[in-house]
Amino acid sequence: MSDFRALDGNQAVAEAMRQINPDVVAAYPITPQTEAVQVFSQFVADGEVDTEFVTVESEHSAMSACVGAGAAGARVMTCTSSAGLALMWEITYIAASMRLPMVMMVANRALSGPINIHCDHADSMGTRDNGWIQIYSENPQEAYDNMIQAVRIAEHADVTLPVMVMQDGFITSHSVERVEVFDDAAVSGFVGPYAANFQLLGASRPLTFGALDFYDYYFEHKRQQVEAFSHATEAVLEVAADFNCRFGRDYGLFQAYRLDDAEVAVVVLSSTAGTAKVVVDDLRAQGIRAGLLKPRVFRPFPAAEIVRALSHVKAIAVMDRSTSFGSMMGAGPLFLETAAAFHVLGRAPQIPMVGYVFGLGGRDISPPDLEGVYHDLLAVADSGDVGDPVRYLGVRG
Amino acid sequence: MNDLTEIRWHGRAGQGLVTAAKLLGETALGTGQYFQAFPDYGPERMGAPIRAYTRLSLSPINIHSQVHHPNVVLVLDPTLLGVVDVTEGLAEGGAVLVNTDKTAPEMRRVLGLEERDVRVYTVDASAIAMDTLGREITNTPMLGAFARATGLFPLDKIIDDVRSSFGKKLRPEIVEANVEAVRRAYAQVQQG
Repeated sequence: MSDFRALDGNQAVAEAMRQINPDVVAAYPITPQTEAVQVFSQFVADGEVDTEFVTVESEHSAMSACVGAGAAGARVMTCTSSAGLALMWEITYIAASMRLPMVMMVANRALSGPINIHCDHADSMGTRDNGWIQIYSENPQEAYDNMIQAVRIAEHADVTLPVMVMQDGFITSHSVERVEVFDDAAVSGFVGPYAANFQLLGASRPLTFGALDFYDYYFEHKRQQVEAFSHATEAVLEVAADFNCRFGRDYGLFQAYRLDDAEVAVVVLSSTAGTAKVVVDDLRAQGIRAGLLKPRVFRPFPAAEIVRALSHVKAIAVMDRSTSFGSMMGAGPLFLETAAAFHVLGRAPQIPMVGYVFGLGGRDISPPDLEGVYHDLLAVADSGDVGDPVRYLGVRG
Repeated sequence: MNDLTEIRWHGRAGQGLVTAAKLLGETALGTGQYFQAFPDYGPERMGAPIRAYTRLSLSPINIHSQVHHPNVVLVLDPTLLGVVDVTEGLAEGGAVLVNTDKTAPEMRRVLGLEERDVRVYTVDASAIAMDTLGREITNTPMLGAFARATGLFPLDKIIDDVRSSFGKKLRPEIVEANVEAVRRAYAQVQQG
């Protein structure tokens, strides 16, 4: 049924892509994503997939080729990081607006400058308003599992939107771990065939893609994209339910770890959530009721579900591996979104909430750092005084 | 997580450090253990000091921070001593394994570990590599020495994994030369 292998996050993603066997992959190399596409291109060269592999001269062209192929009705995938995603920015917006259900792995990496190849979430968070579904992965296994689910989510009849699957650059993209790889047939059976609703090359039904659209209809088209996201939450859950059933997993919109009876909780994405689990276990052993909420899906943001899952705790820390320059107190996007959700949907009085920005440019976040966050929260819960609502963790000066 | 073993590898870029860290992960896979193997990437050039890490555990490994307090440190290149602080953060009760022609007690003095509850092992992996491989590639002999020093894996398991991993890329006589390097290093490890 499945096989346990030693794969890093990039290799795991390439393996998922091999099993999905997309019609077209167009990609350009950038650290730390390069290996995923390099390994996949070997599968192409060895004839293990039927994919048309398009080598291009930039990420702008990679995403443009993906849009062209997607419009033609192909199942399309690509991968990128950091400046590569930044260069795609214009076309990612078009891919979403044209409702092309492609899948892209992003190995999260800081943006220049100064030049930095290590992990933070500035790249994907910078595209959070571009119309892509965003799924974050804790480890190579989740990156593999999420790539497979992403295809079904993107192509879901109520959704038809592109999906980004994130994992932490180097931290998991280059960490070789034990990964369960499912049978090829099980994966292709789960993903199923793709038949695009609309095809540029469908001669029997001529269509226009990328037309001019001014104040007469543009607003309605944007509103339709917003509507698509309102269906995406359901689609993510529907696809997860089928995946969980077939492959013995427990995916949802987020993962709640020892949260049911927690007094204090941390909200954090991706690999840091793994480290936080270790800290939660240690604190629990000391009698401290610590819990964790790891969002899996950031777009659509599961606001009501997160508010509900955290409604019983006495203090919350929301940790961002990116910032938003000039935002309220320099807070990061996950904190701002969570705080807004609680303001609109939460009960009164508000649960004290602290935002932490950490780990920019790959700065390590250690178990003692996270223990410190939980102890801060205990003090906040005790006194009811939030103190400094936005804090920078592990930065000098 | 109490059985978690954290290993830090020191070497120079081009010495097969990352390959060895990953090979150890594959060995763990074959024995049903959980593992992580990851490099510490910087702006490397051939010959620059680099580090890599391996974590081993009988239960799933959730932690994804860097390794700050390794239980085992392996030094593939003796010229790093005095250049890089190879014992930085070394856990009490841990072990250091150094490729060197010095004796283990001498190495304990060189590393300033006289007062520490730390095991010190030495093996002349460079000489073994020159003799078996004709090149100073010390990663495979250090794996053999690691198996002996830590007792975490049997020698046969390491040899099987060297054969299956290197067998995909290298000529059979090179693979067998690596196996011989593993065997000799396993036999020649000294403790002091």
